[in-house]
Amino acid sequence: MTADPHAVDRRTLLPLDPSLTPPGTGGFRDAGGIPADRWHADQHGETLVPTHCCFCGVQCGMYLRVDRGGKVFGVEPRNHDINRMRLCPKGVNAYQQVNHPDRLTAPLMRRSRDEELREVSWDEALDFTVSEIRRIQEAHGNDAFGVLGGASLFTEKSYLVGKFARVAVRTRHVDYNGRLCMVSAAGANKLAFNIDRAGNPFADILLTDCLLLAGANVGECFPVLTQYVWGARDRGATLIVVDPRETAVARTADIHVALKSGTDSAFFNSVLNVVIEEGLTDEDFLAAHATGWEEVKANAAHYPPSRAAEICGIPAEQIVQVARAFARAPKAMAFHARGIEHHTQGVENCLTVINLCTATGHLGKPGAGYGTLTGQGNGQGGREHGQKADLLPGGRSILNEEHRRQICEIWGIEESELPAAGTSMMEMVWQMQRREIRGLIGICNNPFVSLPNYSVVKDGYDSTEFHAQFDFFLSETAANAHVVFPVTIWAEDEGVMANAEARVVKHNKAQEPPAGVRTDTWVMCELARRLGAGDKFAFGGSRDVFEELRRASAGTIIDYSGITYERLEETGGIVWPCPSTDHPGTPRLFEDGTTYHTDGKVHMQVVEWHPPADPYDEEHPMTLTTGRTVAHFLSGNQTRRLGALVEQTPRPWAEVHPSHGFRNGEPVRVVTRRGSEVFPALVTEAIRPDTVFIPYHWPVPTAANALTIDALDPRSKIPEYKVCACRIEHAESIDEVPAPPVAPGHVAYPETQVSRTDPLPPTAPQGRGTSERS
Amino acid sequence: MMGRTMFIDPGRCIGCQACVSACRECDSHRGKSMIHLDYPDEGHSVASLPTVCMHCEDPVAPCAEVCPADAILVTADGVVQEADTTRCIGCANCVNACPFGVPKIDLQAKLQLKCNLCYDRTAYGLAPMCATVCPTGALYYGTVEELQAERPGVQVADTFVFGESEVRTGVAMVVPAERVRWPVPGGLPVVEINGKDVRR
Repeated sequence: MTADPHAVDRRTLLPLDPSLTPPGTGGFRDAGGIPADRWHADQHGETLVPTHCCFCGVQCGMYLRVDRGGKVFGVEPRNHDINRMRLCPKGVNAYQQVNHPDRLTAPLMRRSRDEELREVSWDEALDFTVSEIRRIQEAHGNDAFGVLGGASLFTEKSYLVGKFARVAVRTRHVDYNGRLCMVSAAGANKLAFNIDRAGNPFADILLTDCLLLAGANVGECFPVLTQYVWGARDRGATLIVVDPRETAVARTADIHVALKSGTDSAFFNSVLNVVIEEGLTDEDFLAAHATGWEEVKANAAHYPPSRAAEICGIPAEQIVQVARAFARAPKAMAFHARGIEHHTQGVENCLTVINLCTATGHLGKPGAGYGTLTGQGNGQGGREHGQKADLLPGGRSILNEEHRRQICEIWGIEESELPAAGTSMMEMVWQMQRREIRGLIGICNNPFVSLPNYSVVKDGYDSTEFHAQFDFFLSETAANAHVVFPVTIWAEDEGVMANAEARVVKHNKAQEPPAGVRTDTWVMCELARRLGAGDKFAFGGSRDVFEELRRASAGTIIDYSGITYERLEETGGIVWPCPSTDHPGTPRLFEDGTTYHTDGKVHMQVVEWHPPADPYDEEHPMTLTTGRTVAHFLSGNQTRRLGALVEQTPRPWAEVHPSHGFRNGEPVRVVTRRGSEVFPALVTEAIRPDTVFIPYHWPVPTAANALTIDALDPRSKIPEYKVCACRIEHAESIDEVPAPPVAPGHVAYPETQVSRTDPLPPTAPQGRGTSERS
Repeated sequence: MMGRTMFIDPGRCIGCQACVSACRECDSHRGKSMIHLDYPDEGHSVASLPTVCMHCEDPVAPCAEVCPADAILVTADGVVQEADTTRCIGCANCVNACPFGVPKIDLQAKLQLKCNLCYDRTAYGLAPMCATVCPTGALYYGTVEELQAERPGVQVADTFVFGESEVRTGVAMVVPAERVRWPVPGGLPVVEINGKDVRR
């Protein structure tokens, strides 16, 4: 008789000791991030360290649970003003990164790309880096070496990146990955208001009568903000969502405008046209507080709903509905995110939203105004203090002589030593291809996944003679470098971040870094010392840098001088500008109707719609658009290693409308002018028939960014991720997701990779797919 | 009226699965999530709703009633506990009896697993992990009065009809309502920003 495969030995399977791990726990694909003794930790001796989530621009408050041994082992929700206990799945799982076995714990190095990376001493890695910087700069000039920062860094470190590049490396080429995030919104806000931040706090959403979300997938990218959206809806606010996909929030909207990607400015110009036609403008507000209105008004006349409806692929009546709902509301707010910003006319798209808010007088009041949703944790703070190619601390312009003089005084250098403005992140990659930039230090960014047109990016990086990367996991970009510096994770250092409201919050240190790991601050200061600028970088840690940053920002619009670590801990966050230590901060802008322009007015700008950079033709008749999924963060370097998040969303997909004849999970080849890749089809009516959506968190050969175009907005230099021409075809097999790279000697966690070959889970993601009815 | 309990509001669910991750973090089940998401109109809409144990009150927990091993206990405060691992025989009677499709059997261990309302937390006055973190408030823990103070006019249902049988539950569902306008405060308690009252 054959043994029964289901036979159970109850003596071993029924644990009589309730303290033993219960059965079934092994079913979860733990990537190793959860401490082995997670559920046996001495929780009576635990400490709760108040801090914030490391991920998106909401910056939810959370406690990290620290055991008696000083190790982070869990998370506990925190009743902070921003999130009031709420966390999204990324926030719940974030702590698992801290002691993850994939953490880099020793510098890695190789002298040429033909060799394998090997562990070396800090001295060897630092000396090699410094000698390469010197070699390249002596042969090709200072600007042949570049520095690329990141918007997940604390603001102190972002400040230091700008200073390090300009004072220690003495190059003009410094930029950061926030360039891929919300520089379009920043550009538009600067043009219209001369201040680069959201106008209203999140809490104002609760007070509005009409909430317009343009290209903002709040449900997946900023899930915790949904509570504010639902709060507004509870008290009857009209919800308008402008998005080519039916997102979770669009599902419940009063008006969902499913326009064709890349047509936003035509839509908003047309909404303004209706507002004007129906006499719904706030003429008193315009006369007192705006310039450029006559020109904007004349331009809007060219966008009657009939024309815009044709451009946008939507019913003309929707334009009228939106105009009436927004303009007639006693208080209305507009929030936008990457959906309208990732375009070759990203700045212009944002300007059309500002024009609408201004024309209807919805500015500077509780429940009326505008907000920009930053994708990265410190997308806001990361650009405020000089990490951006053209900016100095405090948002000063590097082209302005007075601003340069002020900063040189603080930095203790001659003005002639301060380099000129640099170029943007994508332009630096093109310069790397042309060998104008021959060496690069990347700090906590992963352009191999996050920049568009992967083949160009790979070629650019491969063309460099030397490339060093800072990170705490071996990202796809770091795996290609000559030197990798293992740096601290957010829970191992203190520092501030500014969230999407421009609220500065303090992150606290929860545990000591592992042996062999240094803070980014230490590495930059040590490199500076070895480059001969040690006296300018005598910082003991974040606190020292913050004190200099406060001084460097004093008197500017982005004034941090009244913010101290102590005040941040007392208040839970202060919104800049905060010019003195008794100033409460500025949660809402323009309350007295004046902007930060010298004339105090909103400078309205004329916007003419133009088509996206990648033209449609018979070969490429459809639109490819990209975006995020709730379980993963940006390039996925952090979240593709956490079991729960991998299990939730193991791989990318191509979201297509049922009219194309695909069945759920069938291989669909997406072809653009840059290349083609095969994804499982996710068939749903929640997307426009002429549009395909792919989430972008994975590397090649399943990278959406191998297909996207590296066309840039001429002003903000943001790439046009949200629209390119494509076609879809049936294919034989699905491209497999590669495992995240790990350092030599480290074990790859097969648990997180099991799902690489899984078919698309039928219920993932968010019920978009079906195998029966499509 | 019901005391502190869980309220499920499908109209607020965004399908993010924070509840699923949070449930896994709770010390009750140690790494195993007891929540799953349902997608009622899959392929047509992104609608979703979390499914947790409804903690049936009348008849008292059909799962417990049919358990031949007396493994499912109901506490005095109405929480239907998961099967006692020292008594459960993995027979799946509870799975068949539950009208909401909640208990699951770990086939390998032949043991039942289900939500016990985070008894390790609720017994100490804390909300269950899922309802604590739920970013949208689709899962809410508190009294019906607290819920209605936050969401004026909200109606809930704790009685469900299955054919000729009626089941009253300890966990309630929010009933879709007509859209009406409510004065401030609506939704969430209005908060202060940097000590400044934003209602002015």
